[in-house]
Amino acid sequence: MGLENLLHGFQIAVTPFNLFVAVLGITLGTIIGVLPGLGGANGVAILLPLTFTMPPTSAIILLTSLYWGALFGGAITSVLFNIPGEPWSVATTFDGYPLARQGQGGQALTAAFSSSFVGAFFSIVLITFFAPLLAEIALRFGPPEFFAIQLLTFSSFIGLGGGAPLKSLVSIVLGFILAAVGLDVVTGQLRMTFGFVDLMKGFDFIVAVIGLFGIGEILLSVEEGLSFKGASTGMNLRVVLDTWKTLPRYARTFVRGAFIGFWMGFKPGGATPASFMSYAFAKRFSKHPERFGKGEIEGVIAPETAAHAAGVAAILPMITLGIPGSPTAAVMLGGLIIWGLQPGPLLFTEKPDFVWGLIASMYTGNLIGVLMVLAFVPFFAAILRIPFAILTPLIVVVCAIGSYAVHNSMIDIWYMLIFGAVGYVFKKLDYPLAPLVLALVLGDLAENALRQSLIMSQGSLAIFLNRPIAGVITAAAIFFFVLPVLTPWWRRVRGASVPASRRT
Amino acid sequence: MRAADLATASILILLGGVVVLDSLRIGIGWGTDGPRAGFFPFWLGVILIFASVTIGMQAWHRATDKPFVTRARLGPVLKVLWPATLMVVLITPLGLYVASALYLGFYMRWVGRHSWLAVILCAIGVPLVTFVVFELWFLVPMPKGPLETWLGY
Repeated sequence: MGLENLLHGFQIAVTPFNLFVAVLGITLGTIIGVLPGLGGANGVAILLPLTFTMPPTSAIILLTSLYWGALFGGAITSVLFNIPGEPWSVATTFDGYPLARQGQGGQALTAAFSSSFVGAFFSIVLITFFAPLLAEIALRFGPPEFFAIQLLTFSSFIGLGGGAPLKSLVSIVLGFILAAVGLDVVTGQLRMTFGFVDLMKGFDFIVAVIGLFGIGEILLSVEEGLSFKGASTGMNLRVVLDTWKTLPRYARTFVRGAFIGFWMGFKPGGATPASFMSYAFAKRFSKHPERFGKGEIEGVIAPETAAHAAGVAAILPMITLGIPGSPTAAVMLGGLIIWGLQPGPLLFTEKPDFVWGLIASMYTGNLIGVLMVLAFVPFFAAILRIPFAILTPLIVVVCAIGSYAVHNSMIDIWYMLIFGAVGYVFKKLDYPLAPLVLALVLGDLAENALRQSLIMSQGSLAIFLNRPIAGVITAAAIFFFVLPVLTPWWRRVRGASVPASRRT
Repeated sequence: MRAADLATASILILLGGVVVLDSLRIGIGWGTDGPRAGFFPFWLGVILIFASVTIGMQAWHRATDKPFVTRARLGPVLKVLWPATLMVVLITPLGLYVASALYLGFYMRWVGRHSWLAVILCAIGVPLVTFVVFELWFLVPMPKGPLETWLGY
């Protein structure tokens, strides 16, 4: 039954127009992934207004292809320029750049792209089979379950995010507060507008994404002093084929990376820890751990497989639960709402064309993507040789256009500048930005789920613990929320017990 | 870094206070048909204040390490920010395409010291391409000024 649906999906994804859209998306996405200051999330945000007039399936194919392209593009800058385009490409630089310096950039890039493809493919296969099951379970969810999942989503930022837990909390709460500004749809009251008409419309997450990630990022990279001293690509068909011959040797690394990536990836903020974890595992199980960091091809394969598997897995909760697993998925979720689709489990029964077209396009998109980047790496790498005095204002202009296009309003361009400055300061002070964006997107949904749950229970918070599914999820969420408090305590207990055990 | 951390925390505490006050104004309790409009924002504000106070206290007790940003490094950042702000100001009277052409040209000449030929080519070419893509191809209208009116758009 699943295969039948998938075949139907391929009939939708493999039309000339949708294939053209995929190629366009991957090209733009790779360029965006290569450019500093533009990543998957704000690339998708800037292009979102262009999709308003498209059929939803083509629109989502464009945006997801853009996302795959950005994931591939991140590998190019990491290997050739030692600049991780995205946080999850950091681990790729450890061995990718040394390889490129030794004149093996072609091998490193081939390995990076191939492992990206393997990781993505693994995740897509799992999504194909798990998504319908998860959606079926989710159909039985009520408001308390959905709110519990939201709690779990945000708690994993605090418990697993790796940054300062309190700063993650601030970031989440700020996102929710920004989402609450404007008209409250339930009571019809104005909240936090203080008499300003412009505030009545509230803050659009697209503008926030463009400002925080786009402008904020460009300010950061200007401050750090942009210097693109790249190694040459050294890429040709011969190198690709020779590298492919060596890849089966690393089958275990591939499988391990893909599993880690998928497992971490469908939880928010998972791609970055997944890539580091995969790298660490590869190093631990390697026969030559001392070669890692100096140009070991396995050190490129491991993080790339995991990061791309995680990036794809982030789509799973978005289409089944209506809860995105990454900022980019959050922007796509916002797109679904704008195109008039209700994200969540009902998509599978009400819009099967859309869902299966999307899933099928993930296969075709990644296949087209890996072939395109392998063929056109020199072209994409050349983009970084454009002088930065042209790139910087160009990116600012593109961001301004994207912000304006959302609602055709000037005030959004101002918000974009303000969000840009805020993003710059927050990034420097280690406030994570991804939770803020997710909270801004999910704000209304989370608040409505909370209110409906409380109405069901006549105001008692116990409803989140009484119901079996909600109870388990809430318990897990509470565990992640207190994890930052527990960890130091646990270390102290263990630290005290280790010397004691040594004595005996 | 410490000063920046403290300043940010203070602003966030203020913001939390504003949110809490506004929520109290519209009601945080139980209305006729469920929680009132201020219920959710009120608790968000409370959490924001609590977390920011703790962050502020942690920053206070930490020894001052490196500065938030050195003067030499702030220069390039401001060089991006203020022309960008000026461009946004100019969009209203001149339209987005002319404003972005001026911004691109100015920045390329001033920071990049590119030749006038390159400056003029980029400053005219980039807005022209965006015009074709957005106005003609995807039919997304951008703010326009006297030049576009004169050209008949």
